[in-house]
Amino acid sequence: MNFRNLILFTLRLILLVLVQIFFLKNLALFGQAFAFLYLLGLLILPLNLRTIPLLLIAFGMGLVIDVFYETIGMHTAAATFMAFARPIWLKAVSPTGGYDDMQYPTLSEMGTGWFLSYAFPLVFAFSIVFFSIDHWGFGSFFSVLNKSFFSSTLTCLLAILVQLLFFKRRRGI
Amino acid sequence: MLRILQFLYRIRAFILFVFLEVVAGWLIVTNNSPQGAAFFNSSNAVIASVLKKQADLVQFFSLAEANEELTEENAKILSTLFAYTQPADSAYLELDSLLEVSYQFRGARVIANSLRYSQNYITLNKGANDGVKPGMGVFNSEGVVGRVKSVSKNYSVAFSLLNTGLLVSSKIKSTNDIASVQWDGRDASEANLLYVPRHIKTQPGDTVVTSGFNSVFPEGIIIGIISEVNPDTEDPNYLKIRLKLKTDFSKIKYVYLVENTQYLEVDSLQQQSEVTNEF
Repeated sequence: MNFRNLILFTLRLILLVLVQIFFLKNLALFGQAFAFLYLLGLLILPLNLRTIPLLLIAFGMGLVIDVFYETIGMHTAAATFMAFARPIWLKAVSPTGGYDDMQYPTLSEMGTGWFLSYAFPLVFAFSIVFFSIDHWGFGSFFSVLNKSFFSSTLTCLLAILVQLLFFKRRRGI
Repeated sequence: MLRILQFLYRIRAFILFVFLEVVAGWLIVTNNSPQGAAFFNSSNAVIASVLKKQADLVQFFSLAEANEELTEENAKILSTLFAYTQPADSAYLELDSLLEVSYQFRGARVIANSLRYSQNYITLNKGANDGVKPGMGVFNSEGVVGRVKSVSKNYSVAFSLLNTGLLVSSKIKSTNDIASVQWDGRDASEANLLYVPRHIKTQPGDTVVTSGFNSVFPEGIIIGIISEVNPDTEDPNYLKIRLKLKTDFSKIKYVYLVENTQYLEVDSLQQQSEVTNEF
């Protein structure tokens, strides 16, 4: 990863966090579907990024979101969990022949089908952890499942839209 | 020894993961206990100022509505005030200290609010410099809103009534039976009324107001209206009562803070006589 990419990724992460704080904070469709768009920033980090920096980035992002959301620790715990699961899941869904020349698990490099099968379970895992913590001791299991399912659907939908609208297409396609 | 170190080195990512999760868990636990260090929250100056900017911007679009509400409330206050002014020809009784006012009110603006979690908080733009203290009650023209949790210089954070950790001492207005209101973490417009014994006769449509027993709220601030009364299936002693909340939590903008100036005296007397106030 060269210096230019480093700047680009940092800016992307900051921008996503800002959007999350300012625009998506009070958004909850039908009281069920939350949008965790900032997770997109974690999903599209380079494939060869090692687990330790990934964990630290997720922890930091989660903490920043938490501080603004009044939910100290909840986003942090869930995002760290997702970051830990990411390399394992990446191995599991690797296309035949491996990732060879691909660098980023983005929509334009991998296609919509693959991106969904990569992003949805990870975001779903995040949501399960997040809502279980939120409903701790009060939880009806189904309401956790319900919220998790709709939230991850909405988040993935938004993630795809954002990538279609704002990310540069790879040349030659 | 070397083997062990090698092994630890190989699973270093996992160890870091466990460590970070423990830190996050610790943050969750300390932040949720009422006495816990409330450092990373929105009464922190930097964070509060960002939230305030956002609230300012959003507020601009709802000025007209806010004005209307204020006018309405002014009118209501004027009419109550009118009821207290003595006509010149009637006898005038001087009130003694029994009825002395022990509550002080302050106004504040909501700069951050949430509804969707099971522990919801409200951030207000008044803090210790304006005389806000932890434990003060929060309400608005519609009804009870919550209770102040922690204060910084210029901002404060309050438990919303939509917080499963907050119990509000209350009573059924028509029969004067005491009870507690607690939110169950589901619908933002409904709550449960706890500890109402079975022999009490109550029905949907009864109003529930604050009891004034826990010295946080004055007596008689509206909380909600009973919507459902059923026998509790789990506990044979109590009724299971649902409550429609009066306050619309999705659009609270201006609130009042109420302080009981004699709270300390009542509290220390109760402690001295070893009475636990269960409401």
